[in-house]
Amino acid sequence: MVDIVDIINVGLFAGALRMATPLVYASLGGIFSERVGIINIGLEGMMLTGAFSGVLATFGTGNPWIGILVSIIVGGLLGLLHGLLTVKFAGNQIVSGTGINIFALGFTAYMSQIVWGSRGASPNVQDLGTVPIPLLKDLPVVGEILGNQTPLVYIALVVVVLSYIVLSKTSFGLRIKAVGEHPAAADTAGINVYKTKYLGVIISGMLAGLGGAFLSLDHLSLFALGMSGGRGFIALAAMILGGWTPFGALGASLLFGFTEALQMRLQSIGALPSQIILTVPYIVTIVVLAGFVRRRIPPSDYKPYLKD
Amino acid sequence: MNEEVRMSQKVGQMFGKIGSKLMTLLQGAMPQLVAVFGAFLVGAIVLLATGHSPIEAYGAMLTGAFGDVFGIGQTFTQATPIIFTALAFLFAFKCGLFNIGAEGQLLFGGFTAALVGISFNGLPVFIHLPLALLAGAAGGALWGFIPAVLKAKLGAHEVITTMMFSYVALYLTSYMVNYPLKAPGWVPQTVFVAPSAELPSILPPTQLSASFILALIIAGITAYLLKRTTIGYEVRAIGLNPAAAESGGINIKRGVILALVISGAMAGLGGAGEVLGVHRRFIDGFSPGYGWDGLAVALIGGLNPLGAVLAAILFGTLRSGGMAMNRVTGVPLDIIFVLQALVVLFVAAPRLIRYLLKKGGFKW
Repeated sequence: MVDIVDIINVGLFAGALRMATPLVYASLGGIFSERVGIINIGLEGMMLTGAFSGVLATFGTGNPWIGILVSIIVGGLLGLLHGLLTVKFAGNQIVSGTGINIFALGFTAYMSQIVWGSRGASPNVQDLGTVPIPLLKDLPVVGEILGNQTPLVYIALVVVVLSYIVLSKTSFGLRIKAVGEHPAAADTAGINVYKTKYLGVIISGMLAGLGGAFLSLDHLSLFALGMSGGRGFIALAAMILGGWTPFGALGASLLFGFTEALQMRLQSIGALPSQIILTVPYIVTIVVLAGFVRRRIPPSDYKPYLKD
Repeated sequence: MNEEVRMSQKVGQMFGKIGSKLMTLLQGAMPQLVAVFGAFLVGAIVLLATGHSPIEAYGAMLTGAFGDVFGIGQTFTQATPIIFTALAFLFAFKCGLFNIGAEGQLLFGGFTAALVGISFNGLPVFIHLPLALLAGAAGGALWGFIPAVLKAKLGAHEVITTMMFSYVALYLTSYMVNYPLKAPGWVPQTVFVAPSAELPSILPPTQLSASFILALIIAGITAYLLKRTTIGYEVRAIGLNPAAAESGGINIKRGVILALVISGAMAGLGGAGEVLGVHRRFIDGFSPGYGWDGLAVALIGGLNPLGAVLAAILFGTLRSGGMAMNRVTGVPLDIIFVLQALVVLFVAAPRLIRYLLKKGGFKW
């Protein structure tokens, strides 16, 4: 007989927060891109490339913070590529994103063999460690869940708040909204539509890269083949479930993070086949998309905007 | 004027016609050819930058893919499932739908085919094999039907739902072959299908099975469906302009559902082909991304069935040649996925290709 306390305890919630963190970053990335009218199916590939480049830079410098910086930059570059193909050349967003995903999988596997001679995994690199927060960590329950996490977990929560402020309280956020909802009107009003779109999709890539860095430099301390494991797609689901808002995405990420943490626990004690729980995020998203819970309407129609 | 002169004039005209047809075909395929060329060019730079000779690598790839009967068998074996998924993608695309869930439809179709393949014993081949293939098509069709209904009745975007359904298929089939249907041993897979459900090999001793022939037949049927039938006409009309199609009396909801069901059936048949022709059992997660490859191949093939077959053979060449290249030159196999991705990225933006051609001084 399995004791319920072995499954549901503070450790589970701490784990849920950790598993939610990469989803938080990537789903925020999804929001910035979709708000300017670009679907970013490439989140998965941007995360994976971020995870790889972060470990590569840390391997070279011994400093994981430099690794994180490189992850963000490389993610941003892939965002720029997605922007070039879909904004400047008005290419198909789904195809471009799919190309980025295939590229990331192939390129990181190729480079890991060139650099480390192994297709499976890189050697261990310096990780970020945990940052116990004084006072908070001594609180019962809350302290055990929140008080002793790694830096990127805390930063994720800060980025959620920042994203909310940027999107709803700043003029940049207003420009993003205008460009996504009505590019022609935004153009007439003197907003640089292309520049705003580029910024949106670059920020999207940077956040996805950071989510990838969490996986390889914080959660683990190495790069493993295909380690993003579909989280970019789950992040898209979290974005939709959260109604394209930062706090909504946080909530949805926490829900999916919780299912992942729960699945790992149940699997470790053999209580329930992991495959069944792993389908939960996808089924929840389908149900939500079908409007059974509440109608979700995307923030734009995703059409390329051509001036001529 | 005598007979001979007139004959030679006629022959000349005929060749002229064929020539100009070929020219238009080539011109139509120009963006695709440039994309492939560009991908190999960028790939060569990656190879050079990482200390490998592109000429050696590409040479070994070609020899490996076509040098002997094994290479050829492997090339077409690898191309086969991608032909199915590419046809699946392009059929839905003609209806204006993005079916990016071919991966899941292929897996689920493979699973249902395996189910029929292992469930009966002693049936005659001419009953068991078609039954198993049909089960595969039905499984894939079902996996297309659900997102189709969600799209037609509730407006749920098929890009997201088909993708999500792919993962559901992956985990569901994984559960089935890890638990209730697991064959004895360590590997999560079913037992072998009955011999009466196997697709025969067509180029022994290679793995190439009759699934390849089936893929060609389905490509022909797809072309016929799209060009000569009412269904094809309706599908294309909806894809071109849904509003006009509707005012023209076409039932859009019905068309959308039909397109995704047929699309799913094609992918499912591809999965059945893999299960009944290559592995002879369902192996957990046997598809290394055939669904995504199908999307790429359909686009590289210019969204027509013949082009899809040719582009799938290109991908098959990369796969089988890549393994040989890896053996001979030690270049990591994964360079072929980089090449595939580069082709997709180029094809994603036809304007980019036009821009590059213009820069290079080509008129097009």
